Amino acid sequence: MTINWTALVIFVLLFVFITVLGFLAAHWRRGDLDLLHEWGLGGRRFGTVVTWFLLGGDLYTAYTFIAVPALMFGAGAVGFFAVPYTIVIYPLLYLLFPMIWKVAHERGCVTAADIVQSEFGNRWLALAIAVTGLVATMPYIALQLVGMQVVIGALGIATDSVVGDLPLIIAFVILAAFTYTSGLRAPAMIAVVKDVLIYFTVLAAIIVVPLHIGGIDKIFAAVPAAKLTLAVPPAGSLGAYSNYATLALGLALALFLYPHAMTGILSSSSARVIRRNAAILPAYSLMLGLLALLGFMAIALNVQQMPEYADGFKRYGNNFSVPALFLATFPSWFVGIAFAAIAIGALVPAAIMSIAAANTWTRNVHRAFFKPNATDAEEARMAKLVSLIVKAGALVFIFALPLEYAIQLQLLGGIWMIQIFPAVVLGLRWHFLNGWALLIGWAVGTATGTWMASLLAFKGSAYALTLFGLAIPGYAALYSLIVNLAVAIVLSLLFSAAGAGHRAAAAAR
Amino acid sequence: MSAEPVREDDVTRISWTRWLLIIPVVAVLWVPFYNGVEPRLWSIPLFYWYQLVWVLLSTVLIGIVYLSERK
Repeated sequence: MTINWTALVIFVLLFVFITVLGFLAAHWRRGDLDLLHEWGLGGRRFGTVVTWFLLGGDLYTAYTFIAVPALMFGAGAVGFFAVPYTIVIYPLLYLLFPMIWKVAHERGCVTAADIVQSEFGNRWLALAIAVTGLVATMPYIALQLVGMQVVIGALGIATDSVVGDLPLIIAFVILAAFTYTSGLRAPAMIAVVKDVLIYFTVLAAIIVVPLHIGGIDKIFAAVPAAKLTLAVPPAGSLGAYSNYATLALGLALALFLYPHAMTGILSSSSARVIRRNAAILPAYSLMLGLLALLGFMAIALNVQQMPEYADGFKRYGNNFSVPALFLATFPSWFVGIAFAAIAIGALVPAAIMSIAAANTWTRNVHRAFFKPNATDAEEARMAKLVSLIVKAGALVFIFALPLEYAIQLQLLGGIWMIQIFPAVVLGLRWHFLNGWALLIGWAVGTATGTWMASLLAFKGSAYALTLFGLAIPGYAALYSLIVNLAVAIVLSLLFSAAGAGHRAAAAAR
Repeated sequence: MSAEPVREDDVTRISWTRWLLIIPVVAVLWVPFYNGVEPRLWSIPLFYWYQLVWVLLSTVLIGIVYLSERK
């Protein structure tokens, strides 16, 4: 591939712009950045609009923008799961999370594990919550790099040479530097730029590409019938239907438990901001749905057969379909903007994820187990340092290990993340739940879910459940959550019958 | 779900309209409703436009619940 200079120059200019913005963000709504909730939660001062951009930039990541259309391109209708998934999350956000925000605010909690610690006074349960978050976040950060790698490669820079790795390393060093100095304020500010660029790109693409192809009907006509809808299940099985529905529901239940999503929620200025955002965030889901259809447009244009993109497909597989579509349809200046949108779209969640992981490590591992009387300034310094280590780890992940590991771990991450749902969400509402019972439920659920995924050699996350002769294949995270919940409820009732002690928070009420 | 309305003091009351929030969830999780090509909307197969329309409807429904509970 030859370097596309026009696109590259625009790409670099936009990157320089957000770098400056990232450093300036330290002065925005100024607070004492030596306090963890100022550095790591932006001082809990973000209103409706900033939270909308921040959560939008946080949840709809660059990897999603590349991988969802790529799945539509390769596998068809099943790739559209992203739409029901992101529909289901907002009723859940509205019903469940304003209360979590309030509890966190009252008790000065910065992470999900903080909330659990303050409620149950059980630091081993809090540790389980913290470790789950850390382990699930690491591969997620690494996958953001994959999104960036693909667009850098599509600009004509060979990303498999030592020199080709440089742009990615430079981008991450910049990211690390402004996250270190500005904390959560940096991705919040950059998210505004990223989202404006993404909306512009998607709107332009869904208008221009169909015109280029010659009509919407031509797009869907080019897609093989088997890819256009889900396969109708055979008799005695719910087949693709239960797979699709449980995947959407399971992912939705897990999403807001991820440390980066929790950070986005806790940084808002009130519970009302969260409710309002539950109503207006679906705008991003609409955008994601339209973006998914770009995968079909790539099929209709037959980009895979164009000789100039053969090399890209060889390097990046189906992940190259959207970049190829843009290169084939748009002038270079627009390609520069679109690719910058995707790359910046990787930086925003990567920054928030590393901040969330740093908050979690500092509060729930370092402070809880190694340095209980750390001062506020020591705590903030620790978090800043850890945010650097986390990013270095993600770089090593991408360069040293095969890409499949990151994808498989991210898949497992979803299965692990959902296991904290009983403790974090239900624990605050159902007062009969016992901390130790929740911990055992978490362990059993995590083991069950991992075992289910191991049956598919960690290549997928569906489990072939059979109930009364009816096969209900579905998302292992959801099935293992049911096991987890059953164990936690039964043990709680047993412990309470045996006269186990009350919760920490109950004493304060 | 709302065992402790006391803690949610940013809303006036827990409104019955919260039941509306079940509708989009069921509508998109019950796949047999929409796993087909016809009828099309602007040449878009049912499977795709149905789910995209539910994005819009879910935003409207959550908005209704928010407005009915606002202080």
